[in-house]
Amino acid sequence: METLSNYIADYLELSGLAREILYAVLIVAVAAGVFMVALTISGLLTLAERRVAGRIQSRVGPNRVGPLGLLQWLADGLKLIMKEDLVPAAADGPLFRLAPYLVIVGVFAAFVSVPFGQLLIAADLNVGVIYLLAITSLVTVGVLMSGWASNNKWSLLGGIRAAAQIVSYEVPAVLAVLSVVLLSGTLSMQGIIAAQGGWPWHWYLFHNPFTFLAFFLYFTAAVAEGNRTPFDLPEAESELVSGYNTEYSGMRFAGFFLGEFANIYLMSAIATTLFFGGWQIPGVTPEQQATSWGLQLVGLLIFVAKASIGCFVVIWLRWTFPRLRVDQLMSVCYRYLVPLSLLCLAANAVYMLLIPAGSMIDRIIHYGTAAFGGLVGLIFLWRVFHHIRSVGDRLDLNVLARGQKGRFDPRIQARRYGKFRKKRYSKETG
Amino acid sequence: MGSFSEYLANIGRSIVTLGDGLAVTFSYLLRKPFTIQYPDRTEKPVVAMLPERSRGILEIDINVCTGCSICAKQCPIDCIHIEVVKDEETKQRVLKRFDIDVAKCMFCGLCVEACPVSGLRHTHEFEGSMSDVHRLMLSFVDKPQPVAKPAKKDEPAPETKPVGSIVRKLLADWWKPANPTSGGPR
Ligand code: SF4
Ligand code: SF4
Repeated sequence: METLSNYIADYLELSGLAREILYAVLIVAVAAGVFMVALTISGLLTLAERRVAGRIQSRVGPNRVGPLGLLQWLADGLKLIMKEDLVPAAADGPLFRLAPYLVIVGVFAAFVSVPFGQLLIAADLNVGVIYLLAITSLVTVGVLMSGWASNNKWSLLGGIRAAAQIVSYEVPAVLAVLSVVLLSGTLSMQGIIAAQGGWPWHWYLFHNPFTFLAFFLYFTAAVAEGNRTPFDLPEAESELVSGYNTEYSGMRFAGFFLGEFANIYLMSAIATTLFFGGWQIPGVTPEQQATSWGLQLVGLLIFVAKASIGCFVVIWLRWTFPRLRVDQLMSVCYRYLVPLSLLCLAANAVYMLLIPAGSMIDRIIHYGTAAFGGLVGLIFLWRVFHHIRSVGDRLDLNVLARGQKGRFDPRIQARRYGKFRKKRYSKETG
Repeated sequence: MGSFSEYLANIGRSIVTLGDGLAVTFSYLLRKPFTIQYPDRTEKPVVAMLPERSRGILEIDINVCTGCSICAKQCPIDCIHIEVVKDEETKQRVLKRFDIDVAKCMFCGLCVEACPVSGLRHTHEFEGSMSDVHRLMLSFVDKPQPVAKPAKKDEPAPETKPVGSIVRKLLADWWKPANPTSGGPR
């Protein structure tokens, strides 16, 4: 940021106040840019969620607005903007109005330190990971506030559940993240990525069996923190109507919604950074990548692809697992995740003590863990095909398929439908 | 130690079962959706895709009907209205009115089973949305006509019109506003 600002200022031969103003303008522009990117991402994710859900449930999903239904999210957003923004008479007005902004700010501010590419990060803070974990806690405040201010028992229950859940799951999430911080020796997002490499066996995911475990612990905890199924107790539509956002409508509801989906991307992006080597290109060192715009672009694409796969997994989890009970939720956290993540942290520390980095044993363990990961993937694929074959179904990879050809236009439909009638008519009645 | 091995077994069990659950849903991602996109993206009109014996809107071929009113008596919700009068000059029984209130009909098929001459039958038509519920009263008799005589033992059964042709004519009229034969508020 500062280098960019200085560069432009030097180019324009600015000095003093003008320089400062330029810097301020640039900051606002970058903030707006980050906000728009995050908005677009969460909008596209709502569409992805519905399409994946449709496919998993043997449906097609939204496919009428725009080509392949790709503009559905714009239509949804437009609808939500135009809806009336209701504040219940018994609600605590100012708090009620404020709450969605806290959720949005909490999630979207975290995008500032998401390393989309080697140079493409709004602010590479030296406490990046801690910043991310801290700023997303604003969401808890917003959710609790909305639950309280709604003056509605379901909302309050949802808000309290959210607070309890997020606070509990913060513990295993942080402990799992600490394993990676321990290995890389830095809290900066770019530093963590730079400590990894392009190939899978250079990733922290396959660094050793304990980081492999730490990834799953982190991911589970992150899903729980994001209030996603199977941990969506704060919303729990079958118990709490819609939980903390029951009373919200219009754009304020959309705020919660966008916050939730931006959070999905955020947790996938953090997982990509910490465990999947971020923007690293296989076979290219970070120094080489820094010199070429083309490689930068490839790095960006790689990052986005990895993060999108993460988002897909989160969505996929939602349409697979049933919701946990409250006591089960807490028992999963405190009986399983917390001890295991502590074990991971301790084991990683011991690992660093005993096995020098870059030694033969170190590398053999990397390859071994990567091979194990690949094996798990193969077994999974075998199960998938087993499930398809066992009911005599066939593979259909046309994921974007939207049924028969034809475009939605009431007139076309009416005309065609008229033709249908006439055809049948003439065939049967002569 | 027993509880610790149980603890480990819990973890193992949940990994295997959760993984298999994920495999099931993932396998659905790789299959063809079952849904057909009604009404404008089907290969054929949906009416033509229905199973042979599906029960749609009722129709009556009044050229076969003997005016016995068994169907009207069978109907549990009285949605068939038949009026038969005796013509004073020709001493014949005349079918004056044969209305079926499709809005009330629950497609149970009792009337169809009861009809001795198979004049009453289900078609495959089902698309009858209307802005006015009264227009769902289908009138099959335009002008009074003498009832049919039931066929004798050795006579062949009388020809009936193809299934669905009668109701489709009425359905086509439905879409024209204020058609007198389509019922209208009674
Ligand atoms: S199908 Fe059943 S409800 Fe409909 S008219 Fe016949 S007897 Fe009555
Ligand atoms: S439709 Fe059949 S049962 Fe009904 S009056 Fe006519 S002949 Fe009788």
